[in-house]
Amino acid sequence: IHSLTMDLWIPNGQEGVMSLLRPLLLDVVPTIQQTAALALGRLANYNDDLAEAVVKGDILPQLVYSLAEQNRFYKKAAAFVLRAVGKHSPQLAQAIVDCGALDTLVICLEDFDPGVKEAAVWAIGYIARHNAELSQAVVDAGAVPLLVLCIQEPEIALKRIAASALSDISKHSPELAQTVVDAGAIAHLAQMILNPDSKLKRQVLSALSQVAKHSVDLAEMVVEAEIFPVVLTCLKDKDEYVKKNACTLIREIAKHTPELSQLIVNAGGVAAVIDCIGSCKGNIRLPGIMMLGYVAAHSENLAMAVIISKGVPQLSICLSEEPEDHIKAAAAWALGQIGRHTPEHARAVAVTNTLPVLLALYMSAESSEDLQVKSKKAIKNILQKCTYLPALEPFLYDAPPNILKHVVGQFSKVLPHDSKARRLFVTSGGLKKVQEIKAEPGSLLQEYIHSINNCYPEEIVRYYSPGYSDTLLQRVDSYQPLIN
Amino acid sequence: MATLALLQARQTYVGKQYYYRNNVVNTFREQENAAVVKIQSWFRGCQIRAYLRHLGRAATIIQKWWRSYLGRKQFQLTVKVAYYTMKMNLYNAMAVRIQKRWRGYKVRKYLFNYFYFKEYLRAVSETNDAIREALEEFAEMKEREEKKANLEREERKKNHQARKTHYLLSTNQIPGIYNSPFRKEPDPWELRLQKVKPLTHRKPKVKEEYNTDLTSWLACTSARSFPPSEILPPINRKQCQGPFRDITDVLEQRYKPLEPTLWVTEPINELKLAREQLRREQWVRNVNDNMFFPFASYHKNSKYIPSIHTSSKYGPDSYGKQQFRAENPKKWICDKDFQTVLPSFELFSKYGKLYSKAGEIV
Repeated sequence: IHSLTMDLWIPNGQEGVMSLLRPLLLDVVPTIQQTAALALGRLANYNDDLAEAVVKGDILPQLVYSLAEQNRFYKKAAAFVLRAVGKHSPQLAQAIVDCGALDTLVICLEDFDPGVKEAAVWAIGYIARHNAELSQAVVDAGAVPLLVLCIQEPEIALKRIAASALSDISKHSPELAQTVVDAGAIAHLAQMILNPDSKLKRQVLSALSQVAKHSVDLAEMVVEAEIFPVVLTCLKDKDEYVKKNACTLIREIAKHTPELSQLIVNAGGVAAVIDCIGSCKGNIRLPGIMMLGYVAAHSENLAMAVIISKGVPQLSICLSEEPEDHIKAAAAWALGQIGRHTPEHARAVAVTNTLPVLLALYMSAESSEDLQVKSKKAIKNILQKCTYLPALEPFLYDAPPNILKHVVGQFSKVLPHDSKARRLFVTSGGLKKVQEIKAEPGSLLQEYIHSINNCYPEEIVRYYSPGYSDTLLQRVDSYQPLIN
Repeated sequence: MATLALLQARQTYVGKQYYYRNNVVNTFREQENAAVVKIQSWFRGCQIRAYLRHLGRAATIIQKWWRSYLGRKQFQLTVKVAYYTMKMNLYNAMAVRIQKRWRGYKVRKYLFNYFYFKEYLRAVSETNDAIREALEEFAEMKEREEKKANLEREERKKNHQARKTHYLLSTNQIPGIYNSPFRKEPDPWELRLQKVKPLTHRKPKVKEEYNTDLTSWLACTSARSFPPSEILPPINRKQCQGPFRDITDVLEQRYKPLEPTLWVTEPINELKLAREQLRREQWVRNVNDNMFFPFASYHKNSKYIPSIHTSSKYGPDSYGKQQFRAENPKKWICDKDFQTVLPSFELFSKYGKLYSKAGEIV
């Protein structure tokens, strides 16, 4: 029997092995039962076909029945089998629920041995992970208060797995999250943020963010548990995923209302997140970038707060450095949200030279659809408010016509009022470029060009218009010299 | 009568004479008539014109006076309106001034208080700096702790290693491998080996049972009353003056071991212990752990749990139960048994054909 379990990582001729193992589960000797259960668990764990074979072989009712009676080793092994079967797909998990395993698992949650509790919680967590109906079934079996009790146990492994199970339950819908909150989970989860174990912190932060993401009330409840500023210390943790989950939590809180974002800004969260973004790479950064975007999107005061926390240079570094398109798209979106409010904001974004980068991303054929759309919107939003002419000038040269329209529009708004800018415009060759633009008569672009031309005396406009040298030469040709 | 006839004869002549005399005037009559008519018409015309002129003057005067009256009335109205407009303009201008001031104040104080916003941003950036510092400190602290923990772990590992290899320590005669005579000073390992306690294999600690044996007790266990002395008294001690007994007798009596009676030697719960022992011996021999109930009504409510061998779908194992030569007439194709062609052994001929059916399970 023991040799049978040892090399079971190789899938063993499908259902033949099930019929071999099934009678062993009913053996007199308890050790054989436990080992057979363990073997079944490992088989089911490996492959979902084998898990289906376990379900079809009617082994589950027997397991569930004996789960209630046997000693703790058998219980652990049986819970392991249930977990291994339930983790592959929602149908298998539904099969487990249908044979009444949830009630027995919940009874196991009240067992004294922490190993049994851990195995049962793990199985429950995997079942609840798939969809909202299964989570609802888990909640209806009365698992949530027991999970909250498990979180308070001293064993770290049990705490971890209970936090992960609560996270899986509450992620599907607001009602489920409300059930978890009603069981008093938030206070305990908030206390455990200070625990030094990093895997536990990952799960706790993930659970809190799943609760907070559904509605404003839930987010406010999470905030009332006094997680700020303790959560900010998690942003400096060594473990990457702790940082990511902490950023996710802050993002889920910030995205609901301006007041919550204000709270985060007042607690210094923005600076901490910006530092965190600076110290990570890749997908870990994504929630932090999105958090900055959400905060800046609410109001211009918050966007200004993001700017003075030195968020814009960091975001432009992300935009240029990151290889992945979806992270670039998120950075472009965040920059657009920051720069779209007032000319001050647009200027703050423009001085960091991000606009050419955004333009390049929009024009490049390699960028994904999403990235192109987002960078275009960001450019449009920023350009509509940008009065910082040195940043706009490069756009005259490389921009496509739909963006050029906005650029020229901005010039036409600024130039009539600023004489120094007019001079600079002429000397830098911008006026020349504007003359070269072809526009349909009657279009908006033509009007803008017209209004720019009205800012200058006619000779200069004619001088810079294309083909002026040719007309001058023609005049030379046709001139009758004064013969004295 | 003659005159009448004369007159009548002259009638026509008179008539014609009358006519001819008047006719002379006729030639001028029309002229004169025309002249008279002209004069009269001219005179009448003058008269009427004068009258019309008079009327015209009167109408003008009346109209003049009426229009001036109307104009003055209108003028009064205009003056009133102009005065009113002037006042309203003044009020409007004053109201604009007030509203201007108020709106500026309101926007600056309540909607967008520039200075407050500046303060706020400054406060935010200060908080940010403070948080950044605090987080830096926190990260540094964590690093230091981790480094310390690592160092400690290293130390412990090295110490453990030194304890295991304690035999490599150098002695007076033989310098050890870490203490080569050609070195200026011994290797740090040598010093570590010197400091450390040698590792011995730990024996499994047997939990000492609390001995309730009466013989190990002294009559009075207080240390103050009878301190058990490990050091024997000196041999040549001067005898204390006074009616003292011999010291050896005293000590013998003091430390005389307890000789309890049989009744006292047995533990007080010996009956219970004996019962436990009996129970343990019986438990070893027990087949069924459930208590025996004399009547069926005691276990009326308990659910019957069939044994595994009967309740499983799989039939009983045939190994050991079915004999090789057991016959199952139900499985035979035809009703008869094989015919024995050759005579069988004596032993086998008796098989299945015993005299009595006692002992056979049907």
